[in-house]
Amino acid sequence: MARRFGMVLDAALLVAMAAGFGMIFFYAPIESEMGIVQKIFYVHVPLAWNAFLGFAIVFFASFRYLATRDPKWDARALAAAEVGVLFTTLVLITGPIWAKPVWGIWWTWDARLTLTLVLWLIYVGYLMLRRYVDSPERRAVLSAVVGVTGFIDVPLVYFAIRWWRTQHPQPVIAGGEGSGLDPRMASTLWVCVAALTLLFIALYRRRLAIEALRARADALREEADAARAEGARS
Amino acid sequence: MFRTASVVLWKDLRIEMRTRDAVSAALVFSILVLVIFNFALDVNTPEMRRLAAGFFWVAFAFAGTLSLNRSFALEKESGAGRALSLAPVDPAGIFLGKALANAVFLAVTQIIVLPLFVVFFDVSVTRAWALAVSFALGSIAFAATGTLFSAIASNTRMRELLLPVLFLPVSVPALIAAVETTSFALGNTESASFWFTLLIVYDVVFVTASLLVFEYVVEE
Repeated sequence: MARRFGMVLDAALLVAMAAGFGMIFFYAPIESEMGIVQKIFYVHVPLAWNAFLGFAIVFFASFRYLATRDPKWDARALAAAEVGVLFTTLVLITGPIWAKPVWGIWWTWDARLTLTLVLWLIYVGYLMLRRYVDSPERRAVLSAVVGVTGFIDVPLVYFAIRWWRTQHPQPVIAGGEGSGLDPRMASTLWVCVAALTLLFIALYRRRLAIEALRARADALREEADAARAEGARS
Repeated sequence: MFRTASVVLWKDLRIEMRTRDAVSAALVFSILVLVIFNFALDVNTPEMRRLAAGFFWVAFAFAGTLSLNRSFALEKESGAGRALSLAPVDPAGIFLGKALANAVFLAVTQIIVLPLFVVFFDVSVTRAWALAVSFALGSIAFAATGTLFSAIASNTRMRELLLPVLFLPVSVPALIAAVETTSFALGNTESASFWFTLLIVYDVVFVTASLLVFEYVVEE
């Protein structure tokens, strides 16, 4: 059942990806002011949305882990954090590529950019923490605490950065991406959102599968060690 | 909870009074940062004086990390951390005591560094009450976040590295608000009510959250 679901998901991912890329290059019109570089928008924005989705899952799964102590929630938090950090990294790479020709600068300390960068730092810290705790139970508990407190911090970071920005000169941003989007651009965007959400789910499911295999391998190793110790005793 | 907190607080203060480790390390380090800023940037210009509050809090963010690292390393070395977690007391009380002790260390460091800061950067404190509130709220913010993450990091193999990696990004809102309120106290801005509010909200959110989750951090 799960296997068939996975195959259907992968097929849908392939179709959506192909359709998305086709629409980006052959259907969506070239933006009049920014030119061809604006096409990065169709990848950049869906990546950012899914990255936030990933961090929301980390929060929820961490919370559930602390409540239930069920290792499956820890695995879910880990998978979502890894895919979320990957997507955020891609957002932070595609952003400057788009910004340089359009704004004339690679980076600006604008509210959204800064928030994305701070989020990236928080969740890279989360993943680093996981590497340096040996006991699986302690690792799960400690990282769940970080997963919860890190996400609580997000609205505070958002308000701080927003208010801080309004007090400083802001570079002129030519038209927000929501303003007067051509219908063909909008439909391309939605197809790309679907494609990248499916990609998120596919990567997340694979990461979970790896984690389940790893847990099984650990259990088998422990069993083998115990059996060997038993054999040595008799 | 409050009895546990006061016992832990007095223990930490007594250790500090005998060794002076946390405050002296933070003090020397923050002076170093201020001196390095002086070399790296020409600070004695009117524009730079407007940024002085930023230099001050950057020095504190790093010096604070240094003394926060000590906070739970001490408990680990002597095995007192295990004894504390075995004791039939409320973990929230342990957190409160440790956090209060760290807030006191940070505040003491700030009070000692302040005159040096005034001398080096040639700033004038135009609103003393605002500076006092900014220091107090900022210390609480750093102590609450820092104590929680210091306890988490002390459980890992790379605690000196992990504390700043975890603590600095999360305390970004507190850092911005602390810089803006201090800037207001130095007469660089006209109003900072939003920033005082944000700092209070941050303190309330993180003290509450830490009190709630601390039991998970200290369990064995």
